[in-house]
Amino acid sequence: MPSVQFRLNGAAIAVDADPDQMLLDVLRGLLGVTGPHFGCGAGECGACHVMVDDRAMTSCDMPMWSVADKDVVTLEGLGTVEQPHPLQRAFIFEQAMQCGYCASGILISAAALLKRNPSPTEAEVRAALDRNLCRCGSHNRMVRAVLRAASEMAAS
Amino acid sequence: MSSPAPKLPVSLAANPRLSSWVRFSGDGHVAISPGKVEIGQGIVTALAQIAADELDVDIGRIEMIRASTAASPNEGVTSGSLSIQQSGRAFRHVCAEVRQRFLAAASERLGVDASLLSINDGTISGPGNVRTSYWELAGEVSLDHDAAPGATAKLATMRAVAGHSIQRVDIPDKVFAQPRFIHDRALPGLLHGRVLRPDISAARLIALDETAARAVAGLIAIARDGGFAGVVADSEVAAEAALKALRKSATWSAGEPLPDEDDLAGFLKSQPVETTVIDTRTATRREHARTLRRQYTRPYIAHASIAPSCAMARWNGDRVHVWTHSQGVYLLRADLAIVLKLPTENIVVEHMEGAGCYGHNAADDVALDAVLLAKAAGGRPVRVQWSRHDEMSHAPFGAAMAIEIEADLDADNEIVGWRHAIWSNGHAARPGRAGQPALLAATEIANPYPRMISTNPPAANGGGGDRNSVPLYDLPAWTITSHRLLTMPVRTSALRTLGGQGNVFAIESMLDEIAALRGEDPIAFRLRHLRDERARDVISAAARRAQWKPQKQAGIGHGVGFARYKNTGAYCAAIAEIEGADDIRVKRLTLAVDVGEAINPDGVINQIEGGAIQATSWVLKERVRFDRSRITSTSWTDYPILTFSEAPAVDVEIIQRSEIEPVGAGEAALGPVTAAIANAVFDCLGVRVRDLPITRDRIIAAMELAS
Repeated sequence: MPSVQFRLNGAAIAVDADPDQMLLDVLRGLLGVTGPHFGCGAGECGACHVMVDDRAMTSCDMPMWSVADKDVVTLEGLGTVEQPHPLQRAFIFEQAMQCGYCASGILISAAALLKRNPSPTEAEVRAALDRNLCRCGSHNRMVRAVLRAASEMAAS
Repeated sequence: MSSPAPKLPVSLAANPRLSSWVRFSGDGHVAISPGKVEIGQGIVTALAQIAADELDVDIGRIEMIRASTAASPNEGVTSGSLSIQQSGRAFRHVCAEVRQRFLAAASERLGVDASLLSINDGTISGPGNVRTSYWELAGEVSLDHDAAPGATAKLATMRAVAGHSIQRVDIPDKVFAQPRFIHDRALPGLLHGRVLRPDISAARLIALDETAARAVAGLIAIARDGGFAGVVADSEVAAEAALKALRKSATWSAGEPLPDEDDLAGFLKSQPVETTVIDTRTATRREHARTLRRQYTRPYIAHASIAPSCAMARWNGDRVHVWTHSQGVYLLRADLAIVLKLPTENIVVEHMEGAGCYGHNAADDVALDAVLLAKAAGGRPVRVQWSRHDEMSHAPFGAAMAIEIEADLDADNEIVGWRHAIWSNGHAARPGRAGQPALLAATEIANPYPRMISTNPPAANGGGGDRNSVPLYDLPAWTITSHRLLTMPVRTSALRTLGGQGNVFAIESMLDEIAALRGEDPIAFRLRHLRDERARDVISAAARRAQWKPQKQAGIGHGVGFARYKNTGAYCAAIAEIEGADDIRVKRLTLAVDVGEAINPDGVINQIEGGAIQATSWVLKERVRFDRSRITSTSWTDYPILTFSEAPAVDVEIIQRSEIEPVGAGEAALGPVTAAIANAVFDCLGVRVRDLPITRDRIIAAMELAS
């Protein structure tokens, strides 16, 4: 089995995986990284979003060969209880979810947005999250949380 | 005059043993064990609040135990917006009684009259600086007693936790990627299973060549039982590959035809039915000048949870342990026992969180799948996860409805008679309630059970297809009739509000039309027909908050909708502001809600917001698609739901009534929001769209009809 090397949440990693295998399967199945979620397997819902070189991408349809030497960040790499990302703090503050299954992918999409656009408008936040589906109807809370995190990051 | 003897709350009467609800553990914690489950609605937090308040312990000490048939009280199913009502009341009573028992024990130990003792974060203290605690006393206070009626809970004004917006206990884990979902939990030696299901509706597996699947690396077993077939493998990837190989070699029977998706009303009204008169009100006959006759329809609607359904099972001899996100662990166990021909005590069903659940989805089906596949796994646990395709085609749908209302109007267009008739499949085919199982695989195995035809819960439980069909309005006379289909080509069961969404849409649309006919403001018209003060209050509050009714602007419309969920639950009024020409955009929803005592006001707002946005999605976009042989809306592309950019602003006002027993909030918004949007479409465009969803095509068709 060939080895694919990439960086996962800041650490260099090499996995023995079929280059055509999907990143989500490797993360969840091989590495036990369960932050990214399976939702559809077709890149349509965003539950499996990870950041690849600072861009939010679906991992369920992303073959391993395409992440070679890339920087992959999952929800696990965003922050910790001790050192939370401002988005994580803001999602708790705004109670920005109901079931939370989609939240992992949405936090990643939002983190990628704030990297390229640190002070987005509400419409820009919504547009950035349009590739993520939420079935519980927590959209507005999540948008508020992203805007809160952005202003917190701007202030610090 | 004697007051009636106090009675136990219903969940407690069924499970009276105090220790099954509350236990103190030595390390300063309190284990709270509800029979209701977390399905994304925040119930676990609200119940923790009630317990913390009545026991006077910090909420951080409370450990919420996931429901399991091994130990939890049996509270049936987590549905119908009843968890606060049933579990919440039980905990308030249990904790009040437990508190009294500990105070009595503390009084004895400390030599201080119980009335002089107070409790602060579990420490019981009294005059002279004497003190003890729940945990010190836990060894001598047995909770293995049945609850006694009449325990006195705190006065509403004394509550410090319930009635306040505290943060949900489950959210930090979900933000920090701590595995909480069943999909993310690892068991030692876990294997992965997938089940082969037909594309053609109700087709049966006739033949299968296993050769190619057997060649897949990582395959552990192929499980067959009549028309049920599945694979077990050491990874999900291998399971998927084996399933794919199996699918190529499968031969299926012809299946059963599906109705014409473009003539749902015609289909629903042509089937054999069971007819029930739900309610009648008679009045001295008043002359009517005309009769307005309108038909409303809603399509089949998918649950469409973001996660596909998932379960795990592990056999040990003739005993099986099941992990599930089912809404009812005991009910699922009852069905599993029928299928497996095992006594219930051989089966433990334990809850684990899944994605948001809006009714009877495939959670129970996949649990039986896991149990059947795990038989072939040699005692190792097997996790089965459905595909998106199967989730969107094999899980039960919310039932399509055709509703006909005839309103007799006098010369002033006042309502003098009202007839409301519903044609629909039943809205419930949940497990555990009949002599036959309701689980999908039970219809596939050798000696299969027939597919259970959905029925309707009795009116006393809020009804099913007839839910919310009896007007809360003070109309002089009415007849409400429900026709339940006795055939079920499209599988249906409980979806959020059951028939409530359709009936409220129909009633509120008709009232709006009559108000317009009279040239009367639709809110004034409603208030004139309502005596219930709480109903009037939510409508007035929503109207005030939305500044009803703004100046008419081209391209903008406003509409109102109201209902009291099940006519016994939460009151909710909604006002929609929409923008539109051919396409409709819902810009803002303003809602007022009265759930009695709101245990967690922000939790109530979250549920109302979520219901409002989900209803907007149903109204504007959702419709299960099918041709005459198969469900075709099997992906998010074919079954689109509302996106972030399409979600309206939602503004919610709670009318807090801490002195009134709390009811649930989860389903209150959907009917009123549906009606408010439809009425706003009329206000904006001058056409009534009576068939959901309100799409561009439907609006154009309505305009053509009107011109």
